[in-house]
Amino acid sequence: MATKKFMYVNRKAPYGTVYALESLEVVLIAAAFEQDVSLAFIDDGVYQIAKGQNTDGIGMKNFSATYNALGDYEINKLYVEKESLEERGLTEDDLMPIVWEDEDDDWAEKPSIRIVSRAEMADILADQDVHYSF
Amino acid sequence: MALVVNGVEVATDEEGYLEDLSAWTPEIAEAMAKEEDVELTQEHWDIINFLREYYEEYQIAPAVRVLTKAVGKRLGKDKGNSKYLYSLFPYGPGKQACKYAGLPKPTGCV
Repeated sequence: MATKKFMYVNRKAPYGTVYALESLEVVLIAAAFEQDVSLAFIDDGVYQIAKGQNTDGIGMKNFSATYNALGDYEINKLYVEKESLEERGLTEDDLMPIVWEDEDDDWAEKPSIRIVSRAEMADILADQDVHYSF
Repeated sequence: MALVVNGVEVATDEEGYLEDLSAWTPEIAEAMAKEEDVELTQEHWDIINFLREYYEEYQIAPAVRVLTKAVGKRLGKDKGNSKYLYSLFPYGPGKQACKYAGLPKPTGCV
């Protein structure tokens, strides 16, 4: 089976709606099909991978730790739009340091997050075969 | 459905998975295994403990593929294969081992 490029576009804040959690679950399930998977974090979607999330008081499960498991599922392309961070007063330092382990390089930890400009993001999105928008 | 361990009733769902993750004890794992005629050895516990640690860190039960790879890395290449894991957990390492570990059914597990 030919490999297709799958892109999961995340635009919503992690809590308040179920979009972020649903997206993450679909990504983990789809990982079993060994396709070329990328994730994009745009607009409020950047908050999904923000550091220090605390759901005490809203009665929802804090699933932010699960993004750190993506590397185990060979998902290591997490594109974050620079303008979306800037518009919210955030920088890369406000994001979780999500990494993956390179089996072919003695399990060296390598960063999964790639900050890209809006123009670069447009090109990345245009280059995909399948888009899922959450 | 309920399982009785040391005289205390433990709530499980219709497939036998623990309802409340925090209620887990090693005795519950033993009782679940006994119901399926499995005797838990150190090799079983290595996998169960790994699953519990994985859940603690990432808040998910790993897919079998991920489990297999991680076991190979942690416990040695000879154990990082599905043949070894199925020899311990014949009903499927994901489903059966996660159940004993008190975790939910793995995401994406059919």
